[in-house]
Amino acid sequence: MAMFSQNPIMNGPNYSFAEAPKAAMDGLREHRFNPYTDNGGSTLAIAGDGFAIMAGDTRLTSGYSINTRYAPKVFKIGGTTSSQDDANILLSVVGFAADGEALQERLDSVCKMYRYRHGKPMSVNACAKRLSTILYQKRFFPYYVYAILGGLDEEGKGAVYSYDPVGSYEREQCRAGGAAASLIMPFLDNQVNFKNQYVPGSGIGHELQERDRVPLPRDEVEILVKDAFDSAVERHIEVGDGLQMMIITKDGIEEKVLPLKKD
Amino acid sequence: MFRNNYDNDSVTFSPQGRIFQVEYAGEAVKQGSVVVGLTSKTHAVLVAIKRNAEELSSYQKKLFAIDEHVGLAIAGLTSDARVLSNFMKQQCLSQRLTYDRAMPLEKLAALIGDKAQLNTQHYGKRPYGVGLLVTGVDETGPHLFEFQPSGLTQEMLACAIGARSQMARTYLEKNLDKFADCGRDELVRHGLRALKETLVQDRELTVENTSIGVAGLKEPGKKALEVFKVHDGADVKDWLNSVADDAEAGGETTEGEGMQVDE
Amino acid sequence: MDHRPQAWGRPRDDVYGAYDASYMNTNLPNQHTQSPIVTGTSVVAMKFKDGVVMAADNLASYGSLARFTDVKRLRTFADTSVIGFGGDVSDMQYLDRHLTELGIDEAYQSDVGGHNLNARNLHKYLSKLLYHRRSKFDPLWNHLLVAGMDEDDKPFLAAADLLGTTFTSPSLSTGFGSMLAQPIMRKYVPDEASVENITKEKAVEVIKECMKVLFYRDARSMDKYSLAIVTKDGVELSENKLENQSWAFADRIKGYGTQTV
Repeated sequence: MAMFSQNPIMNGPNYSFAEAPKAAMDGLREHRFNPYTDNGGSTLAIAGDGFAIMAGDTRLTSGYSINTRYAPKVFKIGGTTSSQDDANILLSVVGFAADGEALQERLDSVCKMYRYRHGKPMSVNACAKRLSTILYQKRFFPYYVYAILGGLDEEGKGAVYSYDPVGSYEREQCRAGGAAASLIMPFLDNQVNFKNQYVPGSGIGHELQERDRVPLPRDEVEILVKDAFDSAVERHIEVGDGLQMMIITKDGIEEKVLPLKKD
Repeated sequence: MFRNNYDNDSVTFSPQGRIFQVEYAGEAVKQGSVVVGLTSKTHAVLVAIKRNAEELSSYQKKLFAIDEHVGLAIAGLTSDARVLSNFMKQQCLSQRLTYDRAMPLEKLAALIGDKAQLNTQHYGKRPYGVGLLVTGVDETGPHLFEFQPSGLTQEMLACAIGARSQMARTYLEKNLDKFADCGRDELVRHGLRALKETLVQDRELTVENTSIGVAGLKEPGKKALEVFKVHDGADVKDWLNSVADDAEAGGETTEGEGMQVDE
Repeated sequence: MDHRPQAWGRPRDDVYGAYDASYMNTNLPNQHTQSPIVTGTSVVAMKFKDGVVMAADNLASYGSLARFTDVKRLRTFADTSVIGFGGDVSDMQYLDRHLTELGIDEAYQSDVGGHNLNARNLHKYLSKLLYHRRSKFDPLWNHLLVAGMDEDDKPFLAAADLLGTTFTSPSLSTGFGSMLAQPIMRKYVPDEASVENITKEKAVEVIKECMKVLFYRDARSMDKYSLAIVTKDGVELSENKLENQSWAFADRIKGYGTQTV
């Protein structure tokens, strides 16, 4: 009889609890958890002749809410101590704040280990390459951040390296990142790289001569940065509250925090 | 050396209850050049004599900065010390990353103690052939820990390990009462005097063979740190001059007994 | 008769038919928390010149059902810090056990003492834990506020969420509170400098006002709440009931848009 046939040991009735189907169910399951978010904000970096300026607003948002009005996006990297007094590299991160913090801490640890092993600070170009590797290592679960690295190169010239979230990078004269990048970058093209600027009266059509590109002095760049952010604040809701500026020169790193509109 | 049936590994006790391999490792410490550590209420100091294998070679490093608040002095196998030094560096970094705090020295000492003890209880392993003085300043003030290959760690007010270190210990014991209220430089001088005690007849402390490491509180009772820094070469000149025989004879700073040679 | 204990109380197949055990299918991928189940609503906190005040109500909701009405969502750590939990209650309880263990380990490891984790250390640790879990796609579904004093005995207040995002501000709140309570608190402490002008009494008053507003407008809230005051002298944790409620406005509310009479 079927009722006694399935329990050879006791020759008794069968119970269901052990008979879970062994085959997997068809179809895909949806993962509802999204490990990323966008915390807004914008960053900007400009390289000069003997300096580099890194800047970012200090607002941290989620959705339409302002989480805090002061969350710095620009960090000193590679100092001997946690106070970073002797740091020689700047990093700005914008995008997903938790990934940004993780990336910043990771790069700082790498630079600190380099110092411990070699007894000297890491050069900016070495650090730039390393940052690219760190980002690419997480190619299939990326750090959702737009990073910019700044410092002085071996000749003492300002250096700015910009990255995408998976580690593509290049050295540039200037770069804007984050929420208002599309608002700031064209302004920078025109004001730093003098795009679409021609020498008046130099000719017509192809005869027109482009304005010569010369590195800008530091005081002009500082004004440029402030103007860029003041404009971005007007047109982007995720940008505002404060402007953090770090200026690296051969004499060290100077930090300024200026107010931006809080609306 | 004599032949012994109970010294082939570090897991077998002799009938007298001894583990010879561990004791031999202790002998390796005694062959390393001497290091002295001492603490006051505000400072922690390490002083060491560096050796060069031959005239043409460089001097072997004796002091290492582990973290901004921790320093390390080694006596014995330098290569074994590097393993422990790297381990401590990693642990200090991870403590800052996970808790945003300076590694408590007591915890650090316990970590290397546990690590070293494992080597004395597993067949096929060998104890570390190095003794350490771990010093620094944490939340609870300056500390000094002694570490032995057996895995023993103990907190000390002052300590010396390495070749002929008994002479230094005698000096430290004699002057122990004075250390607690010493200022930074006075504490260094006590360290150097202890170090001098260990020298053989025609040797003396020079800028080449002396290392000094200092960490401390900038002000008593405050949190601000004087970061651990190793001083070598020209940096130690003033300290050396202040304990030179003729300077001591002038007797402006010190007590005569420091100069009494025990031998 | 089958006397095996496993069979006790089980429906017999020959009587009831085979049980559909498909839900017990073990070959499916491991399921992590995809959404919170039993949840706590807002936690609110603000700094004052000598410390921090924090509050959270005692309700744990199961969707729109007010399921548990005596759940304490603030806990102290080492008598020096307070943690407020918003979000999933079971994950809160997991974290609570975890923190208890951490507290014991930390107190036990140091025989000299004096190495207790302060609020900053605790916040860093918790944010690392949350970030680690989100990176494993197995998040702890909570939004935490951590309050206490830092290493210089200054007031410390910071937040960490299920993604590992962290931020600090003179006033903070989770969930609905970020829309309803934050604007009230920001009136009093718009920036760090203004914290100096706020007394303990004022901060408690503001927080109580926030709890009232939240009770009026947040449907998943209730009128009993925990209130914690952290200063360098320790933590005062108390249970409170909303007072001076006024529903006089209620009978003047005429529906939602379409109702006119």
